[in-house]
Amino acid sequence: MIASFIQRAVVQGIPLLFGSTGEIITEKSGNLNLGIPGIMYVGGISGVIGAFMYERSLADPSAMNPFLAVIIPLLTCVLGSLCMGLIYSLLTVTLRANQNVTGLALTTFGTGFGNFFGGSLIKLVKSDMPSISLTATSNCFRTTLPFANKFGPVGQVLFSYSFLAYVAIVLALITSYVLGRTRVGLHLRAVGENPATADAAGINVNRYKYVATCLGSVIAGLGGLYYVMDYANGVWSNDGFGDRGWLAIALVIFAIWRPNLSILGSILFGGLFIIYNYIPNLGMSDQELFKMLPYVVTIIVLIIISIRESRETQPPAHLGISYFREER
Amino acid sequence: MEEQKNAAIELRNITKTFGKVVANKNVSLCVNRGEILSILGENGSGKTTLMNMISGIYFPDEGQIFIDGKEAIIASPKDAFDYKIGMIHQHFKLVDVFSATENIVLGFEEEGGYNIRRSAERILAISEQYGFHLDPMKKVYEMSVSEKQMVEIIKVLYRGADILILDEPTAVLTPQETRNLFDILRRMREDGKAIVIITHKLHEVLSLSDRVSVLRKGEYIGTVETAKTNEAELTEMMVGKKVSLNIERSEPENPKERLVVRNVNCRDRNGVQILKDVSFTARSGEILGIAGIAGSGQRELLEAIAGLQALQSGEIFYYDPETGEESNLRDKTPLQIRDMGVRLSFVPEDRLGMGLVGNMDITDNMMLRSYRSGKSVFVKRKPPRDLAQHIIEQLDVVTPSVNTPVRRLSGGNVQKVLVGREIAASPTVLMAAYPVRGLDINSSYLIYNLLNRQKKAGVAVIFVGEDLDVLLELCDRIMVIGSGKITGMVDGRTATKEQIGLLMTKTDGGETHE
Repeated sequence: MIASFIQRAVVQGIPLLFGSTGEIITEKSGNLNLGIPGIMYVGGISGVIGAFMYERSLADPSAMNPFLAVIIPLLTCVLGSLCMGLIYSLLTVTLRANQNVTGLALTTFGTGFGNFFGGSLIKLVKSDMPSISLTATSNCFRTTLPFANKFGPVGQVLFSYSFLAYVAIVLALITSYVLGRTRVGLHLRAVGENPATADAAGINVNRYKYVATCLGSVIAGLGGLYYVMDYANGVWSNDGFGDRGWLAIALVIFAIWRPNLSILGSILFGGLFIIYNYIPNLGMSDQELFKMLPYVVTIIVLIIISIRESRETQPPAHLGISYFREER
Repeated sequence: MEEQKNAAIELRNITKTFGKVVANKNVSLCVNRGEILSILGENGSGKTTLMNMISGIYFPDEGQIFIDGKEAIIASPKDAFDYKIGMIHQHFKLVDVFSATENIVLGFEEEGGYNIRRSAERILAISEQYGFHLDPMKKVYEMSVSEKQMVEIIKVLYRGADILILDEPTAVLTPQETRNLFDILRRMREDGKAIVIITHKLHEVLSLSDRVSVLRKGEYIGTVETAKTNEAELTEMMVGKKVSLNIERSEPENPKERLVVRNVNCRDRNGVQILKDVSFTARSGEILGIAGIAGSGQRELLEAIAGLQALQSGEIFYYDPETGEESNLRDKTPLQIRDMGVRLSFVPEDRLGMGLVGNMDITDNMMLRSYRSGKSVFVKRKPPRDLAQHIIEQLDVVTPSVNTPVRRLSGGNVQKVLVGREIAASPTVLMAAYPVRGLDINSSYLIYNLLNRQKKAGVAVIFVGEDLDVLLELCDRIMVIGSGKITGMVDGRTATKEQIGLLMTKTDGGETHE
């Protein structure tokens, strides 16, 4: 029971972990990308489009090449979310548009983009249900380690996930290392903290912002792909993604901008997100109250870090502010 | 200058203009290795511009720079760095949440990759060599101003600089910290580094440097050896002869005490004592000038009177012109001061920051002072619009219409709008900080006339200025402030420029001398 709860919590948490790792990288460059929900949604639908094209090109989907079945959706997903990151960077870094407005616009746009193409695909297959099912592709994505079942509950908690889940955790650990221990990380943090100083030190501020934002978008987009292919078993339905994008942004604050903490945070959020299933005799209205928990926890964390006033736990000093060299 | 055997850096006939303003004209000077050169001059004499040309921020219009006898083209800060020139600016460029080490290695590609621990060891070695007391792992936000300055100095040393330029390094330091810094600089001199320090504090020049070059209004006046000069000679080189401006000045009529400031002390945000035991009296029908190097506490003094700056101790008394009633303005907000019936007008030095709202038009800016009048929920726009129209006509404000955002007006016109509004409130005390800064001659005279008219109307005018010639012709009395202390009060009709110049630079004298 507990093992299966943890396992479900991890599966719920992985999309959030992708999203928050991406957003942390982006925010460390001083860009507050509120377009993350839209970007994750676009990542998801882009992967679905790739998988859909590949499945349709085959006479018999069960005879698909497992490698291609994984790599094609991955590439289309990366491409889709990269474009979103580029749009955001172009608008906020080059054209110095307001970051909040741009981000919210991208979220609206991304949701509309996903629903438009999702709806189109559903029409193409002439399905009775308002969803498309890519079971064959999903099966390739959900291949787990062969020995997972041999270790009982321990195996279920540690080894029962598909490769993308491990990718998420490894990416978070790598990001943590790069931010804290390398010159690139130092430069990136300097850009987000004080771009004028970074500029004076000879760091190309705009390049760091572009690369961090685009890389962050791509990683966040993978969260959308994981949601469709693993969590939802390859079934795309419009608006099925819910508010996981906002949860990912909340997770950034919860993890006080540390990707390694956000691994634990994502599992906690995932657990809080599904805990209502494990409490017996809950009415519908009570369930909704329980779904609120991750946000309540985030608000509590926000209050705690603002009371403590420790400089290490604060957001990057120049978060949300466009940098313009000649402006004093 | 006759011996040029090892001049680390030499400037020949450097000229730099910004539009019509000549910032540097025909400046020639040189610094040898193992020598400290002071560049002395008042505010706006072009010291910083000159040094910015050496460090690659500006490029000279005319003239040449030689480094070790060879002509050098310094087109960017990176070029300057390649010539091993390091500049320590007045405003620190540091990332607050980073440690000293992280700040020092930021942007610097070192051999052997990124290794904070090894860099920290190198920093410790440099610190030991020159006598810095700095923990390489300390975060910048936990540091005092002087520690931050040390980080900046070590940053350029770490990158191998051997020509160091320090822009007013002691402006933010306490006397002890200053002494410590000077010891470090002397050790660098012994190590064969060429050091240039920009300053306007005479006693520092005399105690530290080997030679002094003096600039005045962008022009190079001359270089003297410190051992062969004295304060009087340097002051004269710095302020020059008196220039006559023909500003009218009437005798004060029936002056009465209007504002009495007694033993005021206050600290700035960083906890540095910015006003020390300041006491003075401003009288009605009189213009009281305040002279001093920029940043000596003028701003804080005016803000303290206006109710914008909290006091550590001291009192500010106001005497009502009609009833003679005494009221204490200490610890009152601007609104409370207004409600007490004190008609105080303040023209702050930061016009678009504190005085006006740049994105609002002239009418709206007039309403910033009057929006509380009337009982209706809605504001009446007609009176402020009439006032705006009146100011535009009276003061010749050049603007497309009353509806133009003030941000789009030129500096002089912005100032006219601000002064016009403050005078329209028919004040009993009028405080103006650098009201003619950036204005052309005609606008300046217009402002002087406005101030004079207020004086004749019995207003106590307090005028903070930087041009000594103007202060001497406009003001009845001149109070000199240096490092937050009143260093003297002189009669505007009899005082000389040298007298004021000496008082201005007499800051915390003695303590750093020995």
